[in-house]
Amino acid sequence: MLMSTNAEKSTTTWQHHREARDSRLEAGARLARGKTVEARDATRLLEAVIRPGDRVCLEGDNQKQADLLSRALLAVDLSKVNDLHMVQSGVVLPEHLDLFDRGVARKLDYAYSGPQSARIAHMLFGGKIELGAVHTYLELFARYFIDLTPHVALIAAVSADREGNLYTGPNTEDTPTVVEATAFKDGVLIAQVNEIVDQVPRVDIPADRVHFVVKADKPFFVEPLFTRDPAAITEGQILTAMLAIKGIYAPYGVRRLNHGIGFSTAAIELLLPTFGDRLGLKGRIATHFALNPHPALIPAIESGWVQQIHSFGSEVGMEEYIRARSDVYFTGPDGSLRSNRAFCQTAGLYACDMFIGSTLQIDLQGNSSTVTTSRIAGFGGAPNMGADARGRRHPSEPWLKAGGEADPDSPALLRRGRKLVVQIGETFGDRNVPLFVEKLDAIELAEKLNLELAPIMIYGDDVTHIVTEEGVANLLLCRNAGEREQAIRGVAGYTEVGRGRDRNMVERLRQRGVIRRPEDLGINPLDADRSMLAARSIKDLVRWSGGLYAPPSKFRNW
Amino acid sequence: MTALLRHVAPAERISSTSFSEASARTRVELLLDPGSFVEFIGPEKREISPHLRIFDLPEQFDDGIVVGHGRLDGSPVFIAAQEGRFMGGAFGEVHGAKLTGLLRAARQIRSTPVLVLFDTGGVRLQEANAGELAIAEIMRALMEARTAGVKVIGLIGGRSGCYGGGGLIAGCCSALAVSEPGRIAVSGPEVIETNRGVEEFDSRDRALVWRTMGGKHRRLLGAADVFTDDTMQDFREAALDLLGLVGTFGLDKLKAEQMRLGDRLRRFGACEDAVDIWTADGIAHAETVPELSADQFIALANRIGRTSRDAR
Amino acid sequence: MEDLSFQHRVRGRAGGSRQNALVGVVASGNLEVLVERTLPDAECRLEIKTAAVGFGEVWTAVIGDFVERYSPGGLRFSINDGGARPDTVSLRLAQAVRLIEEDGQ
Repeated sequence: MLMSTNAEKSTTTWQHHREARDSRLEAGARLARGKTVEARDATRLLEAVIRPGDRVCLEGDNQKQADLLSRALLAVDLSKVNDLHMVQSGVVLPEHLDLFDRGVARKLDYAYSGPQSARIAHMLFGGKIELGAVHTYLELFARYFIDLTPHVALIAAVSADREGNLYTGPNTEDTPTVVEATAFKDGVLIAQVNEIVDQVPRVDIPADRVHFVVKADKPFFVEPLFTRDPAAITEGQILTAMLAIKGIYAPYGVRRLNHGIGFSTAAIELLLPTFGDRLGLKGRIATHFALNPHPALIPAIESGWVQQIHSFGSEVGMEEYIRARSDVYFTGPDGSLRSNRAFCQTAGLYACDMFIGSTLQIDLQGNSSTVTTSRIAGFGGAPNMGADARGRRHPSEPWLKAGGEADPDSPALLRRGRKLVVQIGETFGDRNVPLFVEKLDAIELAEKLNLELAPIMIYGDDVTHIVTEEGVANLLLCRNAGEREQAIRGVAGYTEVGRGRDRNMVERLRQRGVIRRPEDLGINPLDADRSMLAARSIKDLVRWSGGLYAPPSKFRNW
Repeated sequence: MTALLRHVAPAERISSTSFSEASARTRVELLLDPGSFVEFIGPEKREISPHLRIFDLPEQFDDGIVVGHGRLDGSPVFIAAQEGRFMGGAFGEVHGAKLTGLLRAARQIRSTPVLVLFDTGGVRLQEANAGELAIAEIMRALMEARTAGVKVIGLIGGRSGCYGGGGLIAGCCSALAVSEPGRIAVSGPEVIETNRGVEEFDSRDRALVWRTMGGKHRRLLGAADVFTDDTMQDFREAALDLLGLVGTFGLDKLKAEQMRLGDRLRRFGACEDAVDIWTADGIAHAETVPELSADQFIALANRIGRTSRDAR
Repeated sequence: MEDLSFQHRVRGRAGGSRQNALVGVVASGNLEVLVERTLPDAECRLEIKTAAVGFGEVWTAVIGDFVERYSPGGLRFSINDGGARPDTVSLRLAQAVRLIEEDGQ
C-alpha cells in the first residue's frame, strides 16, 4: 500500500517551476564565469534564460535603472524571446517602450511612467501595448506575490562581490521587493552592477538570491528628481505654504507626515525654521517623515525640527549629509542611506497622519488627477500616501480630530479617525492653466481608451483639505455634496470654477470655518515674501548643511 | 518689494537684502542714502521702446533701466540700474539712450561719479541695430566721461550677469565690483556652445559656466577689482571702496591696461580651464575655490593680488 | 498683446499723499503696475496691456474684487502684463495701493 502510494506520487511532479528554473540557469551558466557574465554577452544571457511569454521585471525605479539590461533585452533574437509580459514599477527609459515597438514584449503592468507619459499614451491608443493595469507602487508589489510573480527579474545595483552579494547604494528602492518575489518563487535574478569588488560595503541583497551578475560599461544614470531650487519659489507658493502651516499643521498638531515633491511643499519645508518657529510650532509639528531626502528640508533638520525620516529612495548630492546625520536618516553599517520603497510606502499609508501634495486638476467632488488627455504618467505612490488607511487601528491626535470633524455624531469609542489628505496648489498653474475643472481630463482619456476606470490619483472622498492662495477648504466639515462643491469653488479663485461659486453659500461656509481666508488665519498676503524662506538658493542649502550637501552641477550658480 | 518690508529697519534691510534677488529699483533705493534718489525720465514719463509693440511683446514703462542721481555716504553720484528680469536686462534703443544721456551729463559736470549696476544678457534681438548702436554710443560716452575726470564704477551681481555689449561696457569702466552670482563675459555660454559645440563648452554645466565667467574667476584674473558678498550692504561698501581707489585716467593708464592684458595672456594663454589658471597662479587646492565662502575667498584674492591699480 | 480698460466709481479717495508709485517688473508670469494720483476722488481707472490674450473675463473679476476691497479713489493704474496669474495681479495691485498710501514724495 505504501509502495502504491509512492508510485502514484511519482507520476505527479510538484516542482515543475524549480526544474524549469534550473534548466534556465544551466543555459545561462554556459555564458558565465562563476556568476559573472561579460556585458557583451548580456543579450545572449537573456536569450538563454528568458522564454517567450515570460513575466519579466525590468527594474525601473525612480532613481536607478537597469539600463544596460534594458538595451540588452531590446537586442534579443525575436525567434528566441518574444511576447513578454513586463511587470515593472517604472516605465521611464525610452528602451522600456522600444521593447513593445519591436515585439519583444506585448503586455504591460506598471505603476509610473513620468518621462514616457506622452509616448505610453500614444502606444496604448495605437494598440502597441496590451495594458494589464496601471497600479500604485504598493499594489503592483502586492501583485508580485499573488498573480504577477516574475519569471525573470533584471535588477540594478552599485556593486557586487564575486559570490554575488549586492550593494544597491542609497537607492535601494524596489530591489528587495522584486528579489523577494522572484527568487523565492523559482525565478531567475540577473543584476547589472557598476563594479565588481572584493567586498561590498554592505549586503543589501544576499548572494544566494542572485544568479548572474553583469558588469556595466558605465554606471547607471541617476537623475536628481527631488531637488527644488529655492530660488524658483514664488510669493504665491509662500502664501499657500503659510496657510497650510497655520491652517492645518498647527491646529491638528501634525507630526508624522509625507510631503509631495512640488514647490509648495518645498516652501513649507523652508518656512518651518522661520514662520513655523515664530508660531512656536517647533517640536509640535513635522517631526517624523516618510520622505525622500529633500535638500529643502536641510534647514529644518539643522534647526532641530526633524527627528526621523524614512525614505523611498535617495537624492543625488545628499549622500554625505545623510551619512553625517544618521540620527535622522536610516543608514546601513557602511554609513550610507538605506531606502526601501515598499516599506516607506507602507509607512506613509499606516504611520503618517497627513499627506500633502500638489496635483494638476481637481474637480468639483475633489477628485484629482495628473493625467491630461495626451499623457499617462501613472500613479506611483501618491494614491497610497493620499488615502485613508481603513485598516489603521492606532490612535493619534490629528487622526482622531479629523475623524471627529467628519463624523461628530458617532460615539467617540466607535468612531474611525481620518488621515489628513491635503491638496495644495495655486489656482492657476503654469501658462495660466486652471487647477480646478468641471470635468477631469482623466475621464475623457478613459472614454477615449475604453478603460474600465478613469485614472484618478486621489479620490475626492479621501481628500480632507484643499489649500490655495485663496484659503483653506476643510472638506471634513462639509455635510453634503452641495457644501463640498461650494467649499471647493470657494478656494478656486478666479478660475471658471471659482467664478461660478454661490457667493452667499461660500460666505456661510466661511462663517462656519469650512473655508478660512488668509485674513481669517491672521495672514496678510502682502507679508508673503521670499525673505521668509530659510534658504533662498541652493547655495544657502549648502551653507545650512555645513558644506555636506553637494548639489549636482545643474543646480549650481557658483 | 519695497512696500513689503517697510516694518524692517533700514540698516537691517540693507544687510539682509540680496543684490541678486532685488529689483533694479530696490537696488538703487538701498545702495544710496535713504530718500536721496531722484529719477530721470521715470516710469510716469512712459518713455517706452518704439520697437516691442511691433513684435507683439510687452513693454516696460522705464524700458528696463532706472537712471538718476542721489547721494552715497553724503556725496552726490549718478546711478543707472538695469532690470535683469525685463527681457533679460537687454539693451534697446531707449534703454541705451538713458544710459548714454546719464554718462554725457556726468561728463559735463565732471566731478560727480557714476555707478552702473549691470544686469544684462546683451542687446535685444528685436532692436538689434538700435541696440548695437546704443552700445557704441555708451562706450564712447563712458570713455569721454572718464577722460573728463569722471569715475565710472560698475557693480555686477544680477541674475542675468553682464554679457554681450554689457561685457564690453563693463570693460570700459574705471573699476568693477562683482559678487559670486555675477558673471562677466561677451559671448554667453549658450552662444559659445551653439557656435563651437558642446565639447568646447557645455552651457548646462553650471559649475563650468561659473568658474569660467563667474565673479570669483573675474576677480582672480584682475578683470574685476573687488569681490563682494551678495548683500546690498556689501555692494554699497564695495562702491565706496572703489570710489576711493580709482585714480586719474589718461593714456598712461590705457597703456598699463594693455600691458596687464598682454601679460595675462602670456601667463595663462595655454590654460584649458579656470582651475588650471588658479593653479598656475599658485593657489593650492585650486579646485576648491568655487566652494570658498565670500570671506575666505576675499582673503585668498587679497593674498594673490593681481588687480593693478595702475591699469584700466 | 491685448489692451483692456476699466473705469469704476468708488466710495472714497485712496489715503496718503504720494503722487505715483511703481511695483513689479514685466517678465513671464509677472507684471508692473504704475499707479498715479491723477483722477477725481470718486473715480478709478485701470489700463492694461497684456501678453495673455483672451482673459478679459478674469481681469473683470479680479479688478471688480480689488476695487470693492481697496476703494482706490483718485487713482489711475497702468499695467504692463507679461501673462501673470490672477493671484499675482491681485497681489501687485494691493502692493501698488500700499505703496502710494505711504507718506513721502
